[in-house]
Amino acid sequence: MAAVEGLFTLDADEPHLVGGRARSRGSYFFPKALAGSDPACLGDEIDEVLLSRTGRLWSFTTGEYAPPAPYVIPGEEFEPYVIAAVRLEEENLVVLGQVVSGVSVDELSVGMEMELAIDVLYSDDEHDYLVWKWAPAGRRENGEA
Amino acid sequence: MDDIAILGVGMHPWGKWGRNFVEYGVKAARDALTDAEVGWDEVQFVSGANSVRCGYPGYVSGSTFANALGFTGCQLSSSYAACASGATALSIARAQILAGVCDVALVVGAETTPKGFFAPNAGERHEDPDWLRFHLVGATNPTYFALYARRRMELYGDTPEDFAAVKVKNSRHGVFNPNARYTKEYDVDDIANSPMVADPLRLLEICATSDGGAALVVSSLEWAASRGVTDPVRVSGISTVSPTYPNSVIELPYLASDSWAAVGDETMTFKDNIAGRAYEEASVSPEDLDFAEVYDLSSAYELDWYEHIGLCERGDAAKLLRAGDTALGGRIPVNPSGGLGAFGEAVPAQAIAQVCELVWQLRGEAGHRQVEGAKVGLSINHGMFGHGSSVICTI
Repeated sequence: MAAVEGLFTLDADEPHLVGGRARSRGSYFFPKALAGSDPACLGDEIDEVLLSRTGRLWSFTTGEYAPPAPYVIPGEEFEPYVIAAVRLEEENLVVLGQVVSGVSVDELSVGMEMELAIDVLYSDDEHDYLVWKWAPAGRRENGEA
Repeated sequence: MDDIAILGVGMHPWGKWGRNFVEYGVKAARDALTDAEVGWDEVQFVSGANSVRCGYPGYVSGSTFANALGFTGCQLSSSYAACASGATALSIARAQILAGVCDVALVVGAETTPKGFFAPNAGERHEDPDWLRFHLVGATNPTYFALYARRRMELYGDTPEDFAAVKVKNSRHGVFNPNARYTKEYDVDDIANSPMVADPLRLLEICATSDGGAALVVSSLEWAASRGVTDPVRVSGISTVSPTYPNSVIELPYLASDSWAAVGDETMTFKDNIAGRAYEEASVSPEDLDFAEVYDLSSAYELDWYEHIGLCERGDAAKLLRAGDTALGGRIPVNPSGGLGAFGEAVPAQAIAQVCELVWQLRGEAGHRQVEGAKVGLSINHGMFGHGSSVICTI
């Protein structure tokens, strides 16, 4: 199940982030619930849209130390992870996400093509809690999804 | 915009003292009153900068500090604007003074911080971006600082050695600051040997969370003159502007940037907007600055500010650094106080502490960290959720 409902689709082959688009202005937002900040959208209808599932790497970093709650450490021990910020070209929107496991920062460079994947964020006895992650284009098989 | 006078400044040293934040604020306030030669019973307005980490008293800081100093029936205000809280509290005091509502005001902020990363408030909130970024991405504050640092490397050719050099410079300044938390002089090897936190940033390059308190006593120029103070340090400009849509940079604590699909372009960023209003109010330009206090949340972040406050063109900040222009003794010293690298961050006190440094520099009272002949100084910071601030002081 999704770790938080309504932010992305669970289609394992072609997952999408679910965003908002101002009907007459054309600005995009992610998440839709945080639509705002464009003064021309005041009073505009915000439609729910599926955002592009590929984009160009805008920047990237690592998380070498365990973050505080509400981050849930998956597994027994904290493992460092990679975070990417990816620019969706049609939407001109930069979106954060973890990078699928098995990809190191040495393999990343700004401008490279990335695609959306669905992966396990953490698990408990009943469920796997899923989230979107970024993968270098064609490298989704490294994820656990 | 008319100027107001800064009559007195005071600070409680930064550290990890673990005591009640009120104690730090009271110490800073008493020092500022002594420095100003103003009695507590003369203060007509207290403008507090709130802490969100110190319980209910932190949310009503104006009342909390006034109570600790003794209730006199003065007017109160409490402000929260993340890292810009202190400058916001100052802007409210200025507005009260320029509107003639009061003549003399105390501005004060203080905080006690927990160990480790700043974390969101407890609870489960699916529409709070601060909650979402921790839960879904594990994005801490250094995550964002590191994304900006990596951009500099990729776009401008900055190197990890450049970033380390910022920390080295600021540590050399901080050695001379009795209010700084870190007064050790670091070299590049110390930084290279510190643990990686968020690639490419290492532990010594990321702002710590600190305890501290800072205060200002401010008044109208007329009231200052009535006390025989005819040439005070003046607040000549304050900016507390919001971003202008679209901001192409992912800001703390959001999961996404603004979209520039409908309007604008990818060069538009919030940090470019913040100083503009202060320059405009003060009728000064970047060439007029003698020094600046900028919010070095990370070493690399300081370089962003050189460009955003107009010290150089975008992409050229590392050239200024490498040339020694921004070190004490250079053309335009940046963070002569030692900056956040030497202080760590005590959120509601930090923007006020920056103004304290402006005052000591402009009075020529900064000792071994003095910028010779300083007449115009700028402070700037950047907080979460689209809050930021800049203050320009002159003498």
